[in-house]
Parts: sequence; C-alpha cells; structure tokens
Amino acid sequence: MSDILAILPQQLVFGIALGTVYGLLALGYTMVYGVLFMINFAHGEVFMIGAYIGWGVLAALLDAKVGGLHPAWVLPLMLVPAMLCTGALGVMIERLAYRPLYVRGATRLGPLISAVGASIFLQNAVMLTQGARMKVYMTNFLFPPAWRFSLFGASISALLVVMVAVAGVMMWGLHVLVQRSTLGRSIRAVAEDREMAAIMGVSVGQVIGTTFFLGSALGGAAGVLVGLYYTQIDFVMGYSAGLKAFTAAVLGGIGNIRGAMLGGLVLGITESLAVTFINPAFKDVVAFALLIMTLVFRPEGLLGEGLSDREKV
Amino acid sequence: MRYQSLAAIGLAILALAAPLLAPNDYVMGVVTRICLYALLALGLNIVVGFAGLLDLGYVAFFGIGSYIYAFLASPHFGIHLPFIVILPIIVAATAVSGILIGAPTLRLRGDYLAIVTLGFGEITYIFLLNLDRPINITGGPSGIISIDPPSLGGFVASRNAEYYYLFLAALGLVLVASARLRDSRIGWAWQAIREDELAAQAMGINTTVSKLQAFAIGASFAGIAGGLLASWQRSVFPDNFLFQESINILAMVILGGVGNLLGVILGAAIIVALPEIFRDFQVYRLLAFGLLLMVLMIFRPQGLLPVSRPAREDDESARGSPAA
Repeated sequence: MSDILAILPQQLVFGIALGTVYGLLALGYTMVYGVLFMINFAHGEVFMIGAYIGWGVLAALLDAKVGGLHPAWVLPLMLVPAMLCTGALGVMIERLAYRPLYVRGATRLGPLISAVGASIFLQNAVMLTQGARMKVYMTNFLFPPAWRFSLFGASISALLVVMVAVAGVMMWGLHVLVQRSTLGRSIRAVAEDREMAAIMGVSVGQVIGTTFFLGSALGGAAGVLVGLYYTQIDFVMGYSAGLKAFTAAVLGGIGNIRGAMLGGLVLGITESLAVTFINPAFKDVVAFALLIMTLVFRPEGLLGEGLSDREKV
Repeated sequence: MRYQSLAAIGLAILALAAPLLAPNDYVMGVVTRICLYALLALGLNIVVGFAGLLDLGYVAFFGIGSYIYAFLASPHFGIHLPFIVILPIIVAATAVSGILIGAPTLRLRGDYLAIVTLGFGEITYIFLLNLDRPINITGGPSGIISIDPPSLGGFVASRNAEYYYLFLAALGLVLVASARLRDSRIGWAWQAIREDELAAQAMGINTTVSKLQAFAIGASFAGIAGGLLASWQRSVFPDNFLFQESINILAMVILGGVGNLLGVILGAAIIVALPEIFRDFQVYRLLAFGLLLMVLMIFRPQGLLPVSRPAREDDESARGSPAA
C-alpha cells in the first residue's frame, strides 16, 4: 500500500497531463456538437494530422541542423502551422462531408457515416503518404530531460508545465472568444436556434465553418502536444484519443466549453488512477464505465447546460 | 413490389446455385462471408433500421456468440457440445446480453446511445483480450483454437460448399424472421418508435419493452453469426471483433438502405466483395472505401435501395429532435 501511495503524486501528474490533452481535444467535439448536434467522428484524425505536422516541422529543423533550438520559438513554429492546417482541414471536412448532408436535412445517420468515411479516408491517406510505421518526436532536443523539478514526490518536467500552460491559455482564449466576442455571440446564437439566428442576420454557414476551424485548430495543437509528450505517433493514434476525448466532452456536458475541460481532467485523472490501483489493461474499461455511468445517471454531464439549452435530454 | 419479389426469387436461385457457378474455393469463401455478414447486417438492421436505435458496438454480440461457441465446442475447457445444442444457448445468452446492454441506455437519445454502445463494444473487446489472467477464460490475444466444426448426426461439415449451405440456411431463416417481424405488431411498434417516440408512446406502445425486444433480437442474430464464424474459422481471436467491424456492419445497413431487407443484403455483398475485387490495389482499398462512404451519403443518403416512407410534415426531425 505504501508503494502505491508513494507513486500516487506522480500518477496524478500524469493524469493531469493526459486530462489537459483530452480537454483540448474534447473542445472540438463539444463545439461541433453545440452547433450541429452531430459527432464529428473525423476529429480524432484531425488531431493525428496535427501531430504529424508538428513532427514534420521539428524533424525539418533537426535535419537542417538549425542550432540553438529553444522551445520559446520552436514550439510556436510547430503549433502555428499545425493549427492553421488542421483548422483548414476541419473546414474542408465540414464543407465536403457534412454540409451537403445537413443542408438537405438528412437524418442523423447520414452525417455519422459520412464522418466515419472521412475518418477512414484521412487515416489511410496519412498511412500511404507517411508510411505505416510510427514516427518519433525528438523531444529531447527541445526539452532536455534535465529540465524538471520535484514537487510532493512527483517529478514534473518543463514540458509538462508548458503543455498544461499552452492548453490552458488556449482553452481560456476560446472561452473568452465564445463568451465575449461578436463571433462568439453568433456561435451561441446558431447553437441556440439555427433558423432564428439566420433570420436575425447571422451567416450560419460561415459560423459553422468558423466553429470547425476553431475546434480543429485546437485538436491540431493537442496533436503536437501529445506528440511531444509521448514522443511516438502513428496514423491510428486518433481513434482511441478521439474516443476518449468524446467521452470527456460528454462527461463534462456536451456543448459546454468549461465542461469539456473539466471532463478531460476527470477522465485523465481517473485513467491514471485506474492504472495505479486496478490494472493497466483495464484502464479503458474504467474510462468507458465512467462514461456509461454519467450518461445513465446524469445524461446532461457534470456541468449541466451547454452552448444551447434546447437539446436537453 | 412485383419488381422486388422477382429480384428476390432471382437472387434466391442464384444463391442456391452459387457453389456450381463459383470457379474456385476462393470465390466460394467470399460468397460464404457475404452470407455471414448479411446475417449480421440483418441483425443490426433490426436495431438501427427498424427501431432507429444507433448501435455502434454491435460487434460485441458477434464476439460473445463466437466465444460461447468456442467455450462449448473446443478442447479449451474440454467441452464438446454438438452445434445444434449450442445454437439455442448462444441465442439465449446473446439476447440476455442485448437486454443487459440495452436496459441502462433506454433513456438516451440517438447520439448518446451510439457512444454508450460503442463503449460497451470496446469493453467487450478489452475483456476478450485480457481475461486470460489470472484465470484463463478467453485465451487472451492468442484466442481459442481447434474449435469443433459444425456437425449434425454423423455428418460433419468440412468442405466450403457445406459451410456455404449452412450459412445460407441461417441467412434464409434470419431473413424470413426479419420480414415476419417487420410486419408484426412488434415490428410496427419499432417503426413507430423510430418515426416518433413520443407519438408511439401516446399510442400505447410500451417503448421500454419494444426497444429491449429490438436489442435482444438484434443481438441474438449477431450471436448466431458469431457461432457460425467460430465453427467456420475453427478459431476465435479478440481481433475478429474490433470496432472497425461494427462500422463495417453499420456501413452495410446504411449503404443498402436502412430498414430494407434486400438492400441490407446487397450492402453486405458490396462491402464484403469490393475489397476483394480491388485486391490488386490493396493499399488504396480502405482509402477508396472511406471516400465511397462519403460520396454515397452525399448522393444517395437513403442507401441504394431506400424504403418508401411517408414524408413527414415538419422537418424538425432533421435538425436535432430525438428522431434518430
């Protein structure tokens, strides 16, 4: 027992790191669900492609033997292209795979299958162009392993602090954007009632596109952070990460931005505790059991109301 | 309708004569797989097509059926029950598991239901994969091998054509059962729930019982398919029951036309056969598959053979009311 207590702080730290990423990724699901009431099944692939772009930038810098790599300028150099590209990819997915369906008023099944199609397509496109073997992030060149400190018996690396900070700032930025800006007001209006918003002069198509851009860009950023942290990426990484992130979104209350962050943290910590106390093999069982319990006993999630109040269960 | 029944008769004759027409064992194997998947797709069609409940973890029941057959007809536990005895056990067990999974999810709306069932599917897979320790139940990643072939009396199926007729018979039974269910009170209740749950309730339909019936019957079809798979492959592995499989089966149902029995079988045939036809382009086939799903949903959202349904007055269902 004392062994377990000794590693508990470390596991909590791992849980928070994992949870931050889940939260960042969950935002993409929650925002799209907020405006379109559909699960963007391809979001996990957007995240995966973000990880590949970040890897590409870092690998190119290392190849070119650029000296003095410091996270202060390399990290933005990885994050910005990754976010722009994944954001654009998100908009493209929406245009090609979802919009033709929902403008016609298709059933719920149609967009879901189309999303699954997009997800299979993107996975295989990456596999064909990048190869099936995993890529390795050379994180050590950027964040030397020596950059770490100890707190309550847990060893915390600089990378972890940066990761949580970056994710935190992005989430906060999104929160402010949605709550305070004109664009945010349009997003909330579309989430509330699409037709009414259109009547009031909101350009619904544009708002939905922007929502996809924002959510996907955050997913791309999450991909870069995960790549740096876990150092190994492959073309199927989006599937389970996406599933977990969706779980986080539902856990926190889908359509709710703060809920996505909270859900991410709860899920991340629960998972790392499950690894410690139960059995690593069953950590996903614990995660899904948590999801099922939430949906059965509190279907609206931990933080009840979302972007829209209309879709209450 | 005349056109459909003619097509059905033609297909039935073609199906019966398939072993004579097939040039080799490979083609026979593909046709047998089509039967197996058509059976699965018909089962999922009960849940998704008739009752309108989106189930993304359907493969779990396929897996449970397979493993029950493997437990009861292999040296793994040293039990060797005959095929005909195991089948009813599988049907009962998978029906119960369908109810167990269905019961807690009844209150959930479409998308949430999809995610919960997906979670159940993943949980089943993880259990199959990891229940080899501390007591070896499922055999873990290496699965269960040397499973008995199906036998009846003294006759033991061994040749491809024999398996094919066994699978075809099972498919025929499930097809007839599906058609009879569709036109029964149970089936009407399902379709009423699919179209408008609130209205169905108001008309006196016990939606709880109805949904559980859909889950149980759909699950038992998958269980039968699972038993057939185990007896055909003579081995089962957790990797036979990945999430990808659930999606494949769902794609068959949607591609063919949700709720249309012949459409669903057509969907199964296409999705099993297409990758085989494109075998030369092995690496591109999943790429093409993904693209095909998108293109189909855009240009033929109701599937290749849509069911004629009365148009709804309001379009509320299209945008987020609990229709799906």
